[in-house]
Amino acid sequence: MQITNRKRIVALGVLVAVALSGCATTAAPGDSAEGIDCTPAEGKVDLTFTSWIPGIESVVDIWNEENPDIQVAVQTGPNGNGGTYKNFFNQLSAGNAPDLGQIEYDALPNFRVQDGLENIASCANVSESKDLFIDWTWNQVTFNEEGAVYAVPQDTGPMAMYYRKDLFEKAGIPVPTTWEEYQAAGVQIREEGGYITNFPQNDVNWFAGLVWQAGGQWFANDSDAWDVTLTSPESEKVADYWQGLIADDLVSKVPAWTDEWNNAYNTGNDWTWISAVWGANSISSGAPDTAGDWAVAPMPQWNAGETAAGNWGGSSTAVLKGSKHPYEAAQFALWLNTDPDALTALNTEANLYPATKEGLSLPVLANGVEFYGDQKIYDIFAEAAAQTNPDFVWGPTMTQTYADVADGFGGVLGGTGTLGEALATGQDKTIAALKAAAIPVKE
Amino acid sequence: MSAVRTGPREKLVSRSAAMIVMGVSTLYFLVPIWWLFISSTKSRGDFGSTSGLWFADFNLVTNVTALAEYNGGVYFRWMLNSILYAGAGALLGTLFAAMCGYALAKYSFPGRELIFNVVLGGVLVPATALALPLFLIFSQFNATNTFWSVFLPSLVSPFGVYLARIFASASVPDELLEAARLDGAGEVRTFFSVSRRLMTPALVTIFLFQFVAIWNNFFLPLIMLRDESLFPVTLGLYAWNSQVNQIPEIRTLVIVGAFLSIIPLIIAFLSLQRFWRGGLGAGSVK
Repeated sequence: MQITNRKRIVALGVLVAVALSGCATTAAPGDSAEGIDCTPAEGKVDLTFTSWIPGIESVVDIWNEENPDIQVAVQTGPNGNGGTYKNFFNQLSAGNAPDLGQIEYDALPNFRVQDGLENIASCANVSESKDLFIDWTWNQVTFNEEGAVYAVPQDTGPMAMYYRKDLFEKAGIPVPTTWEEYQAAGVQIREEGGYITNFPQNDVNWFAGLVWQAGGQWFANDSDAWDVTLTSPESEKVADYWQGLIADDLVSKVPAWTDEWNNAYNTGNDWTWISAVWGANSISSGAPDTAGDWAVAPMPQWNAGETAAGNWGGSSTAVLKGSKHPYEAAQFALWLNTDPDALTALNTEANLYPATKEGLSLPVLANGVEFYGDQKIYDIFAEAAAQTNPDFVWGPTMTQTYADVADGFGGVLGGTGTLGEALATGQDKTIAALKAAAIPVKE
Repeated sequence: MSAVRTGPREKLVSRSAAMIVMGVSTLYFLVPIWWLFISSTKSRGDFGSTSGLWFADFNLVTNVTALAEYNGGVYFRWMLNSILYAGAGALLGTLFAAMCGYALAKYSFPGRELIFNVVLGGVLVPATALALPLFLIFSQFNATNTFWSVFLPSLVSPFGVYLARIFASASVPDELLEAARLDGAGEVRTFFSVSRRLMTPALVTIFLFQFVAIWNNFFLPLIMLRDESLFPVTLGLYAWNSQVNQIPEIRTLVIVGAFLSIIPLIIAFLSLQRFWRGGLGAGSVK
């Protein structure tokens, strides 16, 4: 198939990070690692932007009012893995992709490998914006290629620990600061009749966030081939730890995002949740009876005194291959994700947590939150964002990896196998999937 | 019915067995709808914390108002779109299927069986499998993300053609057509004023099938449409639902929206089932 050939060529291109001109790109002339020819168009420009963020239209309206010559029309759909990514790929092969698209960080490598992204490094102001963004997000959109920028970071999901302050105080259990203390607290909480937290089967990207915090990563590419490292020592350390909690019955095992799960938090059955900044809303919405009882503390650490955080979620705004107006598209993407008005609007409309360093001190994020006893919870997440390992790399087949690992996790929760074995199976299947897609991979 | 004499005891056993099976299936089908109704009357707080099968505070009106106001009332736009896609699509689709099936049943011409077999083959191809090719074809004409990209493919119903042919050969007597022709009616007029009436029960069946098929056809709009104002209600609710993790406030809207979205289907079935029953019975008594 044509696609496969192209994928192979481009995959090589990603890895060696040299000019691809001629071989892979039929759609956009002049494409190279130095970026496209990025000059402003004459006259009025109409752009299309596909995003599934609810309320994004009102944010884009601000831009449209200020920029009569660059009008952006919002297109929408389900979230990325719910169908929009598939649509992007369909549109890319039909040659009618939108100018701009929302793509989560863990899906970006897939689009890069399939040559779906324009390199906008040469567009005015783009490369210069590097220092505006939180370090790890910039690495996500450049893939560490020289002279390349494939998207503009939009939002992030720095992780921390939500916990039931009232219950911890009542039971006289100190708030854990290390994973060892967390486990000890889990034992005490179990004696009180509760669970310290829940282990979800399907939130594999949550688990990846824990591995991220532990300094591990699941993928690497060293300019020759992808290295799949689901079974790295750090990854196995995290897996063994949670395997212990599961085996000792210290965590509940309900499927996340269900009524049952909400209920576990609403009734005080589960006491903590290690989650991302956007989880603040999930709790206040799912556990309304517990208003005022929660607080946020940094993630427990592997060694006392460390300050490492993980990340769960976040997306970027990419200029998709074939856009006729990459310059204007890039300017819009920069505005959307750096302008204080835009960031404030994105936060109030859709709870997006900015990916820029300055965005973390927006007035809208400076106030105490009532549900969390008026604690200024975003200060904790701002710290976490700065403490996130900048070198974490996602692989090009995350959907498959998530699904395979989740299968294994499901088995563990049902009583067969271990989390470590689930990761090992995920490792093998990921390597097989990369090979099947003709993407170079190390054995 | 003519007298059916079976012993009362046997009858009791088989009757209660039948009643139990029917009762269980009725429950099985109705409980989710009941849950949906109950849930759509609940506030966000009660939804998570009270039993799913019985009322808490009655908030249906509040919820519907919230739904109507969210995002400029886009939900009712989706409902309107769905009714348009499914209603107009099923109407035209039924007409085409009826004409085609009638022609295949009543006119003999070379290649008739071949055409019919090709149409029959079409029944075997799931609509889902056609969505992507359709997207690529519509892309060629720059017609994706338009009303027509969902409406035109909905007009085709191989199963409807099949049904119309079977029904036309069974219920439209050749003698009647002869008589109409002798009286000077053209073929088109014969079809509309004589045959169409005889075929009405089948047409209602085709219409209902087609209406439900278009209403539930989720994959084609998913692939074709980007503009929120063109979405049918299924796609719109799905898009909202995919946001629930990050914007939990939407959950209530998805539930109320899902509940309201089944109402047109219920209306269509209740008002047309009279004809439908007539249709199924028509062939059985001679």
